[in-house]
Amino acid sequence: MDNKNVWIFAEQRNDKIMNVAYEILGAARRLADKRNCEVYAALLGDHVEHLAEGLIQHGADKVCVVEDPLLRVFTTDAYTDAVEAIIKNFKPEIFLYGATTIGRDLAPRVASRVHTGLTADCTGLDIDEDGLLLQIRPAFGGNLMATIKCPEKRPQMATVRPGVMEKLPEDASRSGDVIRFNVELDENNIRTKILQIVKEAKRTVNLEEAKIIVSGGRGLKTPEGFKLIKELADALGGVVGASRAAVDSGWISSDHQVGQTGKTVKPELYIACGISGAIQHLAGMSGSRTIVAINMDPNAPIFKVADYGIVGDLYKVIPMIIDEIKNAKDASSVL
Amino acid sequence: MRIACLVKPVPDPEYYNRISIDPVRGILTRAGIPVVMNPTDRHALEEAIRIKEKMGGEVVIFSMAPDDAGGILKDGLAMGADEAYLLSDRAFAGADTLATSYTLAKAIEQFGPFDIILAGNESADGSTSQVPPQVGVWLSMPSLAGIIRMEYGESFRVWCDVEEGRVEYEVTPPVVFAVKRGINTPRYIGIKGIMAAKSKKVSIIRVGDISVDLDRIGLNGSPTRAGRIVVPDIGRKGETITGSPGEIAEGIIEGLRKAGVIKEGMI
Repeated sequence: MDNKNVWIFAEQRNDKIMNVAYEILGAARRLADKRNCEVYAALLGDHVEHLAEGLIQHGADKVCVVEDPLLRVFTTDAYTDAVEAIIKNFKPEIFLYGATTIGRDLAPRVASRVHTGLTADCTGLDIDEDGLLLQIRPAFGGNLMATIKCPEKRPQMATVRPGVMEKLPEDASRSGDVIRFNVELDENNIRTKILQIVKEAKRTVNLEEAKIIVSGGRGLKTPEGFKLIKELADALGGVVGASRAAVDSGWISSDHQVGQTGKTVKPELYIACGISGAIQHLAGMSGSRTIVAINMDPNAPIFKVADYGIVGDLYKVIPMIIDEIKNAKDASSVL
Repeated sequence: MRIACLVKPVPDPEYYNRISIDPVRGILTRAGIPVVMNPTDRHALEEAIRIKEKMGGEVVIFSMAPDDAGGILKDGLAMGADEAYLLSDRAFAGADTLATSYTLAKAIEQFGPFDIILAGNESADGSTSQVPPQVGVWLSMPSLAGIIRMEYGESFRVWCDVEEGRVEYEVTPPVVFAVKRGINTPRYIGIKGIMAAKSKKVSIIRVGDISVDLDRIGLNGSPTRAGRIVVPDIGRKGETITGSPGEIAEGIIEGLRKAGVIKEGMI
C-alpha cells in the first residue's frame, strides 16, 4: 500500500484554530513517530495561511493549505470536495478529525466518498504490532470501550473527542513546510445556504472547560431546585450541569446536560445533586478529579464513582455547604 | 412530499449498565434487555409526520434489522407513518456505518424517489452520527445534522446546534436531515393509531429485492472491524460522610481541602 503519513484536519473557525486541532496534532505526532512518517495538517479556509505557523509549532511537519472564498465558513459540500481532493492526491495512511459538530459532519461524508472506514468519537489511539491504527471508542453510552481497526482501506480515519488528547507544548524552534494545494470548487455544488450564524452568550459557559461543575438531577423534584444548584455553583465559582432526566423534565436547557453524546467533562470538582447516575451520565463525568454525590438513595449508582458520598436531603445539606463556603470566604478575607 | 424516515431498533438505553462481556466467549451479553426504537429516531419520525401533515405526501420508514424488529416499525406506523420497509437478510449482517448507509441508500433509491430523508442525529447504542450524512453521499444529496428546529415551505429553513450557538441554513429538497431530541415532542400513540397501523404494511426486504453490489454490503462491505471490547472500571473507593447537615457540610469542605480541590483563597 503506498498510502503514507498521518494527517489531521486543522479545523479553524473565524480565523482561529480550534483547540481540538492542536490536540489531535499531538496524537498524530505520537502515531507518526511510531510509523516513522510525517505529520500533515490540512488547513482549509480563506486567507488562512498565516495559521500554518501555529500548526507547525504544535507538531506538524507539513501544512497543506487550501484557500478559497467558498471555504471561508464551513459547508459540508465544499469542505467534503476539498478534503476528498486532498486524500486522492496525497494518499494519507491515517486521517484524524476533531469530533466537533463540523468534524462529525465532514468526516462521514469524506469516508463515503473515498470508500474507507471511519471510527467516531475516539478517546484513545495507538499503533498495533502490524502497524495498524487502533481506534478506541465508547459504545452503549460509555459502558463499553471498543477497539476498532480498519485493516484494508486507506486512509484509516477517526474523529477524536475534544479534551482527550494531549497537545504538544508550543515550540517556536520547530520548522516545517507550507504546501499550497489548489482545489476547483463550484459554488453551485454548495447546496446548503447559510443564512446566519447566531452566537449564544450562554455557550461561553463551557461545561467541557469548567473547573467546577454542580449538577442537578431528578432528585431535585422541582425545576426551582436549580436555583439552589446555581447558588452552590456561584459560591464555588463553578457552572451548572444537569442530568438527562432533569433536561427531559424541562427543568433546564440541554446545553447544561452532562453525558449526552460526545459531551465529556472532567473538572477539578464535580458535585452531583439528586442524580442517581445513569451509565451515560457516569461515563460523561467519571473523569472528574474529585466527585461529590448527594442523594437520598444509598444504592444510587452515582455513589460508585464518588470520592465523597452524602446520603441525605440535598435541600438540607446544600444550604449548609453554601454557608460553610461563605464562612470560609469571610475567614480568608480577614486573613 | 415523499419522506423516508430511518429508524433503528436499539437495546433500551435504560439498561446499558447491564450490558457486559461474557468472560468465556469474549462477546457482548445483552440477555433480557428489551429492544426499542432508537429514542432520537422517534423525534425524526414525529418531524416527518408533521411535514406530511403540513405539506401532504407520505412517510415511509426504512430500517435495517432482524425480522423481529417488525413490532418497532409497527409503532412507527401507529404514530402516523404510512408504510415501512425492513431490510433483513444475513447478507446485511455485520455492517459498519459505511455498509449500512449504502444498503439503506440502495433501498431508498429502489422505492423512491424521496424528497426528504429524516433520521435521528445519533443512535443510543453506537452514537456515531455517521449513517445520515453517509446516506446523503450515496444518494448525492446534501445533509444537515444536529437540527433543533425546522420551518417548511418551498425551501426549508433549518437551525443546527453547533458549539458556539446555532447556524441557520436554507436548503431545497432533496436533502437529508438529522434531528436532535430537542426538536419536538413525539406524539403519544393512541388506540386510533394502533388500529390504523393494522392495515399498514411492513415489507421485509431481502438482499435479492434490491439492486446492490455484494462487495459493499454486510461484513464484506465494511472497512472497519471491531476488536477487543472492555468494560472500563470507573469505580472509586469513596468515603461516606454522615452526621447532621451541618456536620456533613463541615466534613465535605474539609474533604475537599484535603483533596486539594479547595485551596485557601480559591473560594
